[in-house]
Amino acid sequence: MSRKILELKNVSKIYGNLKALADINLSVNAGDWLSIMGPSGSGKTTMINIIGCMDTPSIGSVILDDIDISKENAASLTRIRRDKIGLIFQQFHLISYLTAVENVMVAQYYHSMPDEQEAMEALEKVGLADRARHLPAQLSGGEQQRVCIARALINSPEILLGDEPTGNLDEENEGIVVDIFRRLHDEGVTIIIVTHDPEVGDVAQRKIILEHGKIVDDIDQSATFGEALKLRHNN
Amino acid sequence: MFWRMIIKTLIRQKSKMLMIAFTVVLGVSLSTAMMNVMLGVGDKVNRELKVYGANITVRHKDAALMSDLYGLTEGQGVNDKFLYEEDVLKLKSIFWGFNILDFVPMLEGSAILRFNQKVIGNASLMGTWPEKNATLSTGEELHTGLKALRTWWDIQGEWLNEDENNAVMLGKNLASQNNIHVGDAITLTQNGITKSFVVKGIFHDGGNSDEKILMTLPAVQELMNLPGKIASIEVSALTTPDNDLARKAAQDPSSLSPDEYETWYCTAYVSAICHQIQEVIRDGVAKPVRQVAESEGTILNKTTLLMVLITILSSIGSALAISNLITASVIERSQELGLLKALGAYNWQIALLVLVEVMITGLAGGVLGYFLGIGFAQIIGQTVFGSYIEIARMVILIVAVILFFVTLIGSIPAIRYLMALKPTEVLHGK
Repeated sequence: MSRKILELKNVSKIYGNLKALADINLSVNAGDWLSIMGPSGSGKTTMINIIGCMDTPSIGSVILDDIDISKENAASLTRIRRDKIGLIFQQFHLISYLTAVENVMVAQYYHSMPDEQEAMEALEKVGLADRARHLPAQLSGGEQQRVCIARALINSPEILLGDEPTGNLDEENEGIVVDIFRRLHDEGVTIIIVTHDPEVGDVAQRKIILEHGKIVDDIDQSATFGEALKLRHNN
Repeated sequence: MFWRMIIKTLIRQKSKMLMIAFTVVLGVSLSTAMMNVMLGVGDKVNRELKVYGANITVRHKDAALMSDLYGLTEGQGVNDKFLYEEDVLKLKSIFWGFNILDFVPMLEGSAILRFNQKVIGNASLMGTWPEKNATLSTGEELHTGLKALRTWWDIQGEWLNEDENNAVMLGKNLASQNNIHVGDAITLTQNGITKSFVVKGIFHDGGNSDEKILMTLPAVQELMNLPGKIASIEVSALTTPDNDLARKAAQDPSSLSPDEYETWYCTAYVSAICHQIQEVIRDGVAKPVRQVAESEGTILNKTTLLMVLITILSSIGSALAISNLITASVIERSQELGLLKALGAYNWQIALLVLVEVMITGLAGGVLGYFLGIGFAQIIGQTVFGSYIEIARMVILIVAVILFFVTLIGSIPAIRYLMALKPTEVLHGK
């Protein structure tokens, strides 16, 4: 049985009179592929910010790899995020004046030591070795997102956390990115993706539906998981 | 990676960095110019004030005592106390000899003046070195004389030459009252000696010297029968404005601690120079001419204050301008800097990144500003003092410290913004 990598216990996030998250309970095992879906304002981004150590809950606790991150200060959260989380953004957020390989190396630099060879291997993994010396402006949206994935993976995080990772991509690039997630899942990487896209949500092993800050559905898609991927792959 | 990011940021943000560098150039150039002028202005102002005459007089100790106690400037115990002419050149051998610009011995006397076979009356005589050229024991060439100490004199005719013992210069009032002109011959009688002199020049001093006859020192010594004797020495020296230490020393040098004494002795305070003069002039007491010395001090202090104020204001102006530019730059880059936080950079690492960028820009601007400031200082020197300002090396250190703090203080608002920056606020486009 897989170990529990993440657990949210009675987590609420309150902004004034607004409850962005309300009494959330969630467990994620190592190696799981989880998608979080829901309409705008349902609390998806708040939830991913808390899981990604970029925010803390108002109430409740978040156990990440046996550490209660809800009790940690800002510097500890930075360290934990650096060591355990790989972040993928909808808008890619690559540094415009650094090449693709340098963007990957930035994550290495703030984690440990930059290693160009290792960064090149990460780019190779996402099929971008030949575009390593290009600036973000010289890359397509799909390529930029793949650089973003390579950057998220470079420090071997416990969890790969994606906020609408295919939101700015066309169908072809969306397929490439989902395919990369599939391969990473096969390698045992834990993936948590926030998405609006039902097709991307459906290919995950498990799907959480959020509404008004509450989990209204927790769907185990293990049975259709392989089929959905195959179907997507064939399309 | 750190330097790669720094270099690429500097290149990418070159227009903003150029603006910051330009601001630094302006601030540093002004500070450099002001400080070089400030440090060099002492000598310049002293030299300017030298036109107002000597700032130190040396007299026989007994004559000085009578003057101090009873306000006597003539009579027994004053007029009959003399210094030795042979000691005068020793003034250049003191520790601050280099600061002694000009000096002349003075010997006053009186004689019966005759003009056109007619007795005019008793006239006051001033014997001195109108000009003096000598080679000192150190090999240094000396050029001094009263001509250098009475630059304000209005001369009709010519100055006396160094060894012109048969000529005199007359004060304007004495000459006009007796209708004596340049080229006329007069006779002076004293102690049974009668000598003829040609009037080579008539001077207008504006003071009581206008009633006197100026002669070479040997001529007066001969008439007064005082060979080798002088009554006083007028000294023009470059001095440092007095401070508490100098005032304390002026009261009593023996009250100073050994460290204080060394500091005082090795600083060109007028009291230190007077003290050193007394060490070489037998029976001499050197005293500052307070009006001149105090004017120098006041002007120097006020000029220095003005320069310091300009430096402070320019530094504040630079800090404010740098602050605005850096803050604008950081706000513009907030997404990038928020990303670095999201990737695991600590606040101090991002602050360091921004500070190093600014410091490099500031350093480049500082170097350029320093050399520009030296240029400004020379322009000020030429325009105001008619000479070049000596470049003080210590200004480099002072400017570097000012630049560091101005840049650091200017960066504070940007660093505060960085510290408060939340990655979630900039990465989700909220």
